[in-house]
Amino acid sequence: MNTWEIRFAMGNEAIAEGALAAGARFYAGYPITPSSEIAEIASRRLPQVGGVFIQMEDEIASIAAIIGASAAGKKSFTATSGPGVSLMQENLGVAVMSEIPCVIIDVQRSGPSTGLATKPAQGDVMQARWGTHGDHGIIALAPSSVQECYDLTIKAFDFSEKYRTPVYLMADEVIGHMREPYVLHEAAGLVSRKQPDPSEPGGDYKIFDFERYDDHIAPMPPYGGKYIFRMNGSMHDEAGFGCGASDNADKFIRHYEDKITKNRDDIVMTESYNMEDADYVLVSFGCSARSAMAAMRLARQEGEKVGVLKLMTLWPFPDKEVAAALKKAKAAVVPEMNLGQVASEVSRYNERKIPVIGVNRVDGSMITPYQILDALKGLYLKGLSLKGL
Amino acid sequence: MKHNEFIREDRLPTFWCGGCGYGQVMNSITRAFEKAGVTLNDTVLVSGIGCWGHVDSFLKVNAFHGTHGRALAFATGIKLANPELNVVVALGDGDGVTIGGNHFIHACRRNIDLTAILCNNYNYGMTGGQYSSTTPEHSITSTSPYGHIEPGFDICKLAEVSGARYIARSISENVTQTAEYIAEAMSKKGFSFVEVLTPCTTHYGRNNAMKHPPELYRWLKSTVVPAAAAAKMTEDQLRNKFIIGKLYDRPGQDYGTRYRDEIQAKGIEDLAKKE
Repeated sequence: MNTWEIRFAMGNEAIAEGALAAGARFYAGYPITPSSEIAEIASRRLPQVGGVFIQMEDEIASIAAIIGASAAGKKSFTATSGPGVSLMQENLGVAVMSEIPCVIIDVQRSGPSTGLATKPAQGDVMQARWGTHGDHGIIALAPSSVQECYDLTIKAFDFSEKYRTPVYLMADEVIGHMREPYVLHEAAGLVSRKQPDPSEPGGDYKIFDFERYDDHIAPMPPYGGKYIFRMNGSMHDEAGFGCGASDNADKFIRHYEDKITKNRDDIVMTESYNMEDADYVLVSFGCSARSAMAAMRLARQEGEKVGVLKLMTLWPFPDKEVAAALKKAKAAVVPEMNLGQVASEVSRYNERKIPVIGVNRVDGSMITPYQILDALKGLYLKGLSLKGL
Repeated sequence: MKHNEFIREDRLPTFWCGGCGYGQVMNSITRAFEKAGVTLNDTVLVSGIGCWGHVDSFLKVNAFHGTHGRALAFATGIKLANPELNVVVALGDGDGVTIGGNHFIHACRRNIDLTAILCNNYNYGMTGGQYSSTTPEHSITSTSPYGHIEPGFDICKLAEVSGARYIARSISENVTQTAEYIAEAMSKKGFSFVEVLTPCTTHYGRNNAMKHPPELYRWLKSTVVPAAAAAKMTEDQLRNKFIIGKLYDRPGQDYGTRYRDEIQAKGIEDLAKKE
């Protein structure tokens, strides 16, 4: 392979190729629209690079298998959509509790339940944050282009390995099935899982002894090496033995949250467009960010000072970036294909209490640039001609 | 390694109740480990959730203690990611074939190279003695106070029709026999399954007029028929009986080997290089 090549492909293909470029060598999944292309590509591509693909009996087994494979040393991933994400929640907690890296691709579709199976939505934002029971931190990234599908998938694996945590890539039906050119480049500077210092004696190994390390991430050797260790989804001590002591549980549960939130500066990715002088800020992500970008361009054509803050990291939430974006604005608009899951977060970091206007759709159709501008026109930009539409 | 060297003595005593059969099964496992020449570093014991699921904390091998019912799915990922590992799975009746029944039949069907040891004590011991998918009809449990009205699974038959490579059944007090089955199961490449009938003295026995462990052991023995004797019995005579012994041993390539062989035979890795 050349060091890079340009391909014309759908987002789901770029996600699968991104996973391979990141070094993923194990996939387990269950077919579900609109994510199935990722499984199909993984089944074809993984055997070509010495990896393993398996189609499991359900999503519960799928996430269990990738967690097991990761503990055995392989970078692992699965892809699914809302109903599958719901089924995965309990075992996602095992990856949190045992601090096992893995990547879950959620190509979001309309819910609840089977919902509108083939239609896009962005309704899993809060599920990604709070879906598995118990307190914990989580990382979720949201691509809004085919290029970002590739790049953020690589990032998802890097964060997963670096922080020993499950990571969500929150695509949606539009981004997953949309075709665009993207640059398939070799992934540079991939993060490898931290290993014990070679001087560390073999035998019983404390795989959860995070306090020994400045970054609070304990090294994670694979099964089958010189270290013997215990992964445990029940509350455990540093060595993985079941432990019911209150101070121990308090230490670990806070650790699961802290290791993500304290590294938010490393994990949070946003992009600003025309934000320098923006009176009106559009905060969006995924497919809705595309509509927001179009709305911004149309408004700018008429001289209105509209900017976009695009969130590529959804969790940990870009609180500082949102607070800064709202600092000088007259109003913020949050277009999203749900009933306000991100808007409620934006409101939490709205120090001057400017109006935060939700533009929401849950009917399986994309938000149009017109809808976004209409929200502004109704309240502020009464002179907007919207002729560009 | 000698069998007793596999036990973490500093974690003893176990938390299992007096009269419970799990200590006997753990004894069989360590004896099988000795016989099979198991090394600690290359062995992973994957356990479910329940009284039996705690067995991993008393042994020195690597462990994966995940969620209730999903041990085989975790084990599938571990084994496929590193085929050199010796992966042993500890299942219970509630864990392995009730909530985890779907994973069980598919692990059998795929013939994943795992050794599964299922302790069947006919109820959910840890949560207070509720009925499981193996509870015999008419049994009293904490959720069938008027008598259980569902038939129970014959797990070994389920494993057989699902495609398991090797199947044996034993009762926990036959420690040496059980150890032999487990050691043989570990020597087979493919999905090997050993069911061990165990007494739950605290719940199942007490709920069913077998308050004292010896009564429960006697009852367990009365429900089993050795395979040789069963061959001469009629279907009627075998009703409500469990056949013990080595029940099934068939050839067949395990999933992981087949996956790798097919890739090699079809030149898939080479094709990729040409692309």
